[in-house]
Amino acid sequence: MPEKSGAEILIDTLIEQGVDTVFGYPGGAVLPIYDALFQQTKIRHVLVRHEAGAAHAAEGYARSTGKPGVVLVTSGPGATNAVTGIADAFMDSIPLVVLTGQVGTNLIGTDAFQEADTVGITRHCSKHNYLVKDPADLATVVREAFAIATKGRPGPVVIDIPKNVQVATAATDVKRPARSRFTYAGEADYAEINRAVELIANAKAPIFYTGGGIINSGPAASEALRALAELTGAPVTSTLMGLGAYPASGEAWLGMLGMHGTYEANMAMNQCDVMICLGARFDDRVTGRLDAFSPDSIKIHVDIDRSSINKTVRVDLPIVADVGMAIRQMVDVWKGRKYKKQRLDEWWARIAGWRAVDCLSYPGSTQEIMPQYAIERLFEATKDKAPIITTEVGQHQMWAAQHFHFDAPNKWLTSGGLGTMGYGLPAAIGAQMGDPDALVIDIAGEASIQMNIQEMATATQYRLPVKVFILNNEWMGMVRQWQELTYESRYSESYSDSLPDFVALAEAYGWKGIRCDDPAKLDDAIAEMLNFDGPVMFDCRVHKTSNCFPMIPSGAAHTDMILSADQVSGTMDDEAKALV
Amino acid sequence: MHIQQELTERHVLTLTVDNEAGTLARIAGMFTSRGYNIDSLTVADISEDHTTSRITIVTKGPPPVIDQIIAQCERLIPVHKVTDLTEAGPHVERELALVKVSSTGDQRVEAMRLADIYRARVIDATTNSFIFEITGGPEKIDTFVALMREVGLVEVGRTGIVGLMRGADAS
Ligand SMILES: Cc1ncc(C[n+]2csc(CCOP(=O)(O)OP(=O)(O)O)c2C)c(N)n1
Ligand SMILES: [Mg+2]
Repeated sequence: MPEKSGAEILIDTLIEQGVDTVFGYPGGAVLPIYDALFQQTKIRHVLVRHEAGAAHAAEGYARSTGKPGVVLVTSGPGATNAVTGIADAFMDSIPLVVLTGQVGTNLIGTDAFQEADTVGITRHCSKHNYLVKDPADLATVVREAFAIATKGRPGPVVIDIPKNVQVATAATDVKRPARSRFTYAGEADYAEINRAVELIANAKAPIFYTGGGIINSGPAASEALRALAELTGAPVTSTLMGLGAYPASGEAWLGMLGMHGTYEANMAMNQCDVMICLGARFDDRVTGRLDAFSPDSIKIHVDIDRSSINKTVRVDLPIVADVGMAIRQMVDVWKGRKYKKQRLDEWWARIAGWRAVDCLSYPGSTQEIMPQYAIERLFEATKDKAPIITTEVGQHQMWAAQHFHFDAPNKWLTSGGLGTMGYGLPAAIGAQMGDPDALVIDIAGEASIQMNIQEMATATQYRLPVKVFILNNEWMGMVRQWQELTYESRYSESYSDSLPDFVALAEAYGWKGIRCDDPAKLDDAIAEMLNFDGPVMFDCRVHKTSNCFPMIPSGAAHTDMILSADQVSGTMDDEAKALV
Repeated sequence: MHIQQELTERHVLTLTVDNEAGTLARIAGMFTSRGYNIDSLTVADISEDHTTSRITIVTKGPPPVIDQIIAQCERLIPVHKVTDLTEAGPHVERELALVKVSSTGDQRVEAMRLADIYRARVIDATTNSFIFEITGGPEKIDTFVALMREVGLVEVGRTGIVGLMRGADAS
């Protein structure tokens, strides 16, 4: 019987699963796998500079290509460093397969060198995890892991592989049948779809509230959404994770909803009579105060994960299904029943009134670059190049969501659920690996970028022309904003002191560095960045104390939006302070 | 500001799960990490080929939380089926307890007499102690244990409840 080592079986199975890129970092407990990698040519290994970078890069790769991202790290610190990325992927439903080395099975439980209970640590931040104790199980486990990571609601799956299991051999000609022990939702029940379509057709003030599930369902789901919006004439808003599913240039687009969403989107959510939630999950950043959330609407919720339904908001018509399939079914039923596009004139007139508030306007300046202006100019300069935008976490992320506009899915990669600073640069690297010709830009903050700044070397090594556009306001701006709103501007530890010289830093890593602090020179500087064939770090010095509006303070209702800085009070009661 | 509490209901859930390493930790840990209650939990292998176990969990929570608990359990890969016996209708619940009492004289006689009334069996005896085995619903066992406190209770071991639907169908 032909036998192969666990490491070889692993590599063979990865290739069989269509893997061509792995993001990783070597160490003692994965040396056999690295040796097997060395002896093959089908899988490219991308050497990151920190395992968190590997996990976020794999997320960026997955989110932009639609394929699962693969991570390979060693035991102990390698695995624990990757945990943030695993948790991030779990929150944002990103398919990852994370391979971690483990000490030999004979050493497990003895506090061996670089032993950590990886399966225990990742149990509640992964969709599933395994400890493989026999090389004969490896192929089956890997196949099952890919299926679990990608099917149903996607998510990260961790496979912990002890070192002796990588070395030991097993027969390769026994094909164990892959167990299919999990079921996942597909098409929706037609009775439910009929009912949903009837509700939409009879609504006076309907709204589509769309989310990341549509992106996860694949590009066809975005196509179907466009068709459905067109057929019904209803407005569309989206969560942070769903941007791009419906084109921002589309007629029905209201902009993003939620804490930093547009006035029109949040008011329309509050006032609608039928809400159709498609692949979103009523996150607290979206709903604001629950008892005041869209009080008078009939709510339809399509989600692939039943546990997302009725979790925080009670809905009237729950539909457990793949959201892309469900939308296509709605389109079919609408056409089949020959429903007419409705005259929602009154509803659109009210929306026009809210739009007239012009909630995203901001004070202009000829002296300083306003952060919103920087995003607008970046958008203008790149919109014809179908850029992939990643972000870090903070005000810059929200300004990017508000002022950069996405017309296609898979172009907007951001850490929504976990809100992980340090996500953007490695995610950009992953996206660039997935599409070497794409224009990939990380819109960053000067604080966040320092959390995974070491990945600059990764971009240099693989000649990835990623651009990092830092909105440098010298503050952890989002923290400062909350301190202004809640703690009477006591700026506890939110100043970005001792910043590096980002231009010199760029050069030290072999990147190009650009600095700009003059609004009149901004366009030229952006052009210089875009024209450079290689990685660029752009230190965009922006107005330091701008805050991100509109804002629904945590615990407030959609109708209690703060539109501009002069409405900020500076204190909050304890109930509000206790909310995140 | 004070932390708010909500009204809760008791529910008995049975789960059919893969009998593999980590399944119990995954389920119990999910309850902890999401802040759900476990009043009791029992688990045992139930299939001929040892691939499937049945877990009975008694939990408490407001109705929407119970619904979430079921959905969150169903979301776990090794969980095949979740039944809410409390919701599903008529069912039986049984628990077994071993109850040790140590006493002499009248108290010893009284312990024996009470055990008889409660149909507890003596499974160990010395001149100054008994171990009783009792099965029944949780209330019956609670009452029995409370009575035994008055006649020399030393210690109690309880299995936690298992439950099945009444009638011919599987739950
Ligand atoms: C890993 C991590 N630590 C802490 C936070 C909390 N946090 C959210 S935004 C923020 C400040 C970000 O500052 P910067 O990157 O400069 O962005 P800005 O808000 O100024 O645009 C912090 C500390 C977080 N989201 N992630
Ligand atoms: Mg900043």
